[in-house]
Amino acid sequence: MTDQLSQAELVRQSLKRRYRKEWRFRTYGILAIGVAILALVILFTDIISKGYTGFLKTTVTLEVPLDPELMYLDDPTDPEQIRMADFVAPLQQALLNELPTAEKGDRRELGRLMNSYAANQLRDQLQANPDWLGTTRTMTFLANTDVEVYVKHKDDEAYSIKLSDQQQRWVDELVDRGVVESSFNDVFFSSGDSRDPSNAGIAGAIVGSLLTMLVTLCLSFPIGVAAAIYLEEFAPQNRWTDFIEVNINNLAAVPSIIFGLLGLAVFINLFGMPRSVPMVGGLVLTLMTLPTIIISSRASIKSVPPSIREAAEGIGASKMQVVLHHVLPLALPGMLTGSIIGMAQALGETAPLLLIGMVAFIVDVPGGFFESATVMPVQIFLWAGSPELAFIERASAAIMVLLAFLISMNALAIWLRKRLERRW
Amino acid sequence: MNTMNPNIVNETATTETRAVSAADTDISHADNGYGETVGKPFTDNPKFALRDVEVYYGDTQAIKGISLDIRKNQVISFIGPSGCGKSTFLRCLNRMNDSIDSCRVKGRLELDGQDIYDRKRDVVELRARVGMVFQKPNPFPKSIYDNVAYGPRIHGLANRKSELDDIVENSLKKAGLWAEVKDRLDSPGTGLSGGQQQRLCIARAIAVSPEVVLMDEPCSALDPIATARIEELISELSESYTIIIVTHSMQQAARVSHRTAYFHLGHLIEVNETNKVFTSPQHELTESYITGRFG
Repeated sequence: MTDQLSQAELVRQSLKRRYRKEWRFRTYGILAIGVAILALVILFTDIISKGYTGFLKTTVTLEVPLDPELMYLDDPTDPEQIRMADFVAPLQQALLNELPTAEKGDRRELGRLMNSYAANQLRDQLQANPDWLGTTRTMTFLANTDVEVYVKHKDDEAYSIKLSDQQQRWVDELVDRGVVESSFNDVFFSSGDSRDPSNAGIAGAIVGSLLTMLVTLCLSFPIGVAAAIYLEEFAPQNRWTDFIEVNINNLAAVPSIIFGLLGLAVFINLFGMPRSVPMVGGLVLTLMTLPTIIISSRASIKSVPPSIREAAEGIGASKMQVVLHHVLPLALPGMLTGSIIGMAQALGETAPLLLIGMVAFIVDVPGGFFESATVMPVQIFLWAGSPELAFIERASAAIMVLLAFLISMNALAIWLRKRLERRW
Repeated sequence: MNTMNPNIVNETATTETRAVSAADTDISHADNGYGETVGKPFTDNPKFALRDVEVYYGDTQAIKGISLDIRKNQVISFIGPSGCGKSTFLRCLNRMNDSIDSCRVKGRLELDGQDIYDRKRDVVELRARVGMVFQKPNPFPKSIYDNVAYGPRIHGLANRKSELDDIVENSLKKAGLWAEVKDRLDSPGTGLSGGQQQRLCIARAIAVSPEVVLMDEPCSALDPIATARIEELISELSESYTIIIVTHSMQQAARVSHRTAYFHLGHLIEVNETNKVFTSPQHELTESYITGRFG
């Protein structure tokens, strides 16, 4: 009797201790998650608060007098005359008209407010519409990068303002009159890289990334899934398959820059493929992604219950029918998830692509697998390393675009898994 | 009550055999440490003729020389304590052990006089003739219709949709499931209750018109009502199929089977008509098992 009582007492004491332990463990877990969330919040607020201005462009809207005498131009269809004509003068004149305080001698200083490509833009539009000659047109140009930095960051110590005091007063006046405005930066999404930050965009990098990913997906998914199916379903269990398995696991842990060296040595030097092209980038990333896809595909094939396999074999399905009709449909969600996560990894990969020359300065949006291109993370790397602060906010904006791509790819993986998963 | 030594048991068996049929021969393979199989392992015109079957998993021997005949259109049940090799032996009959790399089968296993383990034997064709129902109901994660239609489809048994519909309907009727599912053939087979799932698996197995159905503890995951339903079904099916059933329930063996084989540690101890095994077992191990002294 007393024994029983003391035993109950012992249990009660140990219970208290157990509950305390449980509570401690739960607290650690909550703390860990809290730290992770805090880090994420800090990361996102920092990137977004610093980078959102990258999504804004500064424009100048002017009444441009297309005066033939001012431009030394009679016939916009004559290439010789176009070559000799002066397209800066009308812009200077237009600014002069907007600013009553400016004098004729300030023309040069005024012209510096305009983007370096503004004259080219005016020329192109005039060539496209020759009948505009002699009229006055309302046209919108990008502002000079210095003007943009001043408009966006005049109160920010981190940015150095390169405009003179006189120019700053003019810009303030132009902003007040609604001539200089900020709006959504469509240029950022429609053009390639540029030396001038206000003209730089990530369209080239996005297209380059898409082309590279397409090559990677088309090669690594079929090869990876086929390898996983062979190793899991058909290969005999012997020393060779063990050796292959160990090597696949090793490859998954190889630093990605090594794959870049391999690509440089094999695809470019040995096979003579061109540098900086999405095809080679895709091949290198395929090598890098394959182990990930093989490992995750094998895991999802393994997780198909053996009872389903037995059921099909018991009816007389051949090995191939068991795989195609039963194992693959059940393993597919896992395979897709693994592949998409592998692709997301490849999308964010920089190091191997540096080695095969995708780090070159490329202005044009690539049109094919064998045209020079760069990819988003490399573009970010390039801009982040630039001394011009205006490029830094472009880099932040590009990081946000890259993150958006990654998040949507992961969301797609989750959606596909939910959608295709069959319960039994 | 039967505590005689093995030699006497064998003598009784021999006389018994002679009394029933002259063609039934006694066995005389090597002594396996438990004496020779007692009872009547051999019959006329067997569906399966199995001689000196040995199964190894790597270095361990799971089946230690079993010889047995299985009669056509009869139910034979394999009983015995866990790990006695009855499931392993059952799975040799349609070569389900093939997928286990370390498993080797020795001896002669014949179905209608043809060697099952012959090099030229097509295992797909064998399994179409020898179907299997498993311990846990394992319907495919597909519709009820597709579950039953899968076998006929892969074997090309139906040329037209209407033929396939007929096969599905007949199989489900034979499995006693038609009335319950005829309005929802498109709903997933995994949504049925455990007993219904197992009957669906039986329907799936008989949809390819096999000659033999192997059942590996088909009722062990089911409640008594579902079990009774399946047992009833086995009795009905035995008219047109040879059924080999592994069971842990001696009552079940007694209820459904014509013959019963008792296995012990990889040996076949005793085979006889079911009522003889349960009323007058000739081997002391059999007697100990059916009286519940171990197992």
